[in-house]
Amino acid sequence: MSLLEVKDLHVHYGVIEALKGVSIKVEPGQIVTLIGANGAGKTSLMHAISGIVKKTEGEIIFKDKSIFKSNAAHIVADGLVQVPEGRHVFPGLSVYENLMMGAYLRKDKKNLQDDLNKIYERFPILEKRKNQDASTLSGGEQQMLAMGRALMARPTLLLLDEPSMGLAPILVKEIFSIISDIQKGGTTILLVEQNARMALSIADYAYVLETGKVVLEGPAKELANSTEVQEAYLGGSAKK
Amino acid sequence: MSQFLQQVVNGLSLGSIYALVALGYTMVYGIIKLINFAHGDIYMIGAYTAFFVTTYLGMSFIPALLVCMIVCGILGVGIERIAYKPLRKAPRITALITAIGVSYVIEYTMQFFMGTSVKTYPKMLPDISWQIGAVKISYIQMVIFTVTIVLMVLLTFIIHKTKIGRAMRAVSADENGAKLMGISVDNTISITFLIGSALAGAAGMLVGLYYNSASPLMGMVPGLKAFVAAVFGGIGSIPGALVGGLFIGVAETMVVAYGSSLYRDAIVYIILIIVLIVKPAGLFGKNEREKV
Repeated sequence: MSLLEVKDLHVHYGVIEALKGVSIKVEPGQIVTLIGANGAGKTSLMHAISGIVKKTEGEIIFKDKSIFKSNAAHIVADGLVQVPEGRHVFPGLSVYENLMMGAYLRKDKKNLQDDLNKIYERFPILEKRKNQDASTLSGGEQQMLAMGRALMARPTLLLLDEPSMGLAPILVKEIFSIISDIQKGGTTILLVEQNARMALSIADYAYVLETGKVVLEGPAKELANSTEVQEAYLGGSAKK
Repeated sequence: MSQFLQQVVNGLSLGSIYALVALGYTMVYGIIKLINFAHGDIYMIGAYTAFFVTTYLGMSFIPALLVCMIVCGILGVGIERIAYKPLRKAPRITALITAIGVSYVIEYTMQFFMGTSVKTYPKMLPDISWQIGAVKISYIQMVIFTVTIVLMVLLTFIIHKTKIGRAMRAVSADENGAKLMGISVDNTISITFLIGSALAGAAGMLVGLYYNSASPLMGMVPGLKAFVAAVFGGIGSIPGALVGGLFIGVAETMVVAYGSSLYRDAIVYIILIIVLIVKPAGLFGKNEREKV
C-alpha cells in the first residue's frame, strides 16, 4: 500500500490551472523526486499536498485516509511535514525556538529533548548557533534549520521543496547526503528539485512534471538514462 | 526643577496608558498588518465596563480590572472574527476602511445607549499620595504604574517564554511557514486580538479612574495618540510601543506645563511628522529585508 497517493489532482489560481490532473504515488521508505522546469507545478503540488492551497478536484490519500479536505495542521499532525521552498525559517526567533516550532503539535513532551539532541548531532552548526536569531544564518544553515525544524515534528513523510536552491556546490552535496541519511533513518521523502542530476542520483522513483501534468515517470535510474530527460533536464545528450 | 520632575511623573502616568493601548495596535499590526482603528474604542468600552461594574455591582479595583480585561478581550476577538477575518485576503485598504467603520459603529452604539453625557465613577481609591523628594505621586498614579509594569512583565513572559507566544511571533514572521508547522493561524490571530484588547481594557479603566470620567468618544484622541506612539516606537515592535507611549505621554504633559495646553494634541502630530521624516521605520522598527 502506498504511503501517499495523489489521484487526478487539479489546482486553480483564479482562472489559471496550475495542476491539470496530477497522479503520483510514494511508497514507504522511498525517496521520490519530482523534477521539472520553473512553473511546471511542482511547488503547487507540494502546497496542495500540505493543505495550504485550495484543490479544485481529485483525491489525496495519506496512510490510507483521505487528506483532501484536511487543513494544514491536521496534515502535519498526521505526520506529513514540508520543508518549503526558500526555507521559511522564522526571523526574530532563535534557532532553538525555530526548532521547537517544528514540535508545535507534539504531545509527547518527554522525547523532545532527545529529538533535539539528535537534530544537534545531525546538524552540529545548529547547536553552535542555537541562541542566534535565525535570520542571521547563512543560506545553507537556514536550509539545515528548516530541515531540522521539520524533523522535530517526527514526520513519516517529509516533503522537501528545492532544498539545494541558491546553495554553493559543496553545500548541495552535503544537503543531499543528509537527505539520504534521513531516508536511512526510516523517513519517506518526496523531493522537488531543479537540480535533476542530484535528485535522480539519490531517488528511487521519479516523476517529470511539465505545465501541470506528469509527462514521464519511472525508477530514477531509468529516467536518468532516458534521452528525453537527459536532453531536457540534464543539459546534454545521452552518453550511453 | 521640582516642577519639572513632577511633570515627568505626570507624563509617565499618562504615557503608561498610551503604552498599554499602543501595544494592542502594534501586536495586531505585527500579525496581520492591519491598523485596527477600532482599538481606541475598545479602550472606551473598558472605561464603561469599569463604570458599570463599580457603580452597579460594587466591585473593588482588582476584580473590576479583570472584568474589564475579559470583556474587552472578548470584544476584540469578536470584532476580528466578524469584521476582519472575512477580509483577510482582501486588499489592505479594505480592512483599514472596515476598521474605521467598526470604530464608528462602537462609538455611536454607545452614544445611542449611554447618551453623550460623561459618567463619573464612585470613589474607589484612597486619596493618599506619597512625597518622594520634591515629587508627589498620587495613589492612582502609583496604581497606573504598578498595573502597567505587571501587565508588561506578563506580556513579555507570554511572548517570549510560552508556546502561544512563540506561535504569535512565528505567524507574524512568516504566515505560510507557520501553517506548515501545524500552527493554526486563525487561533493565533484571535489570541493576539484577545491580549491586545485586554490591555486596552485595562488602560480604559485606568484612564477612567485617573480623570474620573467615561464618555462615548473618549477613545478617539487617545486612540490616535497611542497609534502615533506605536509608529514612533516602530510599529510591530513591542518595546517600541512601550517607549513610544511613555515618550508621547511625557511630551504632551511638558507642552501643557511649559507651553500652552492648546498645543497638547498638536505636539503629538508634530512628533509623528518628525519621526516619519527622520526615521520612517520608527525607533525600534526594522526595515524589511529578506534573505533568500
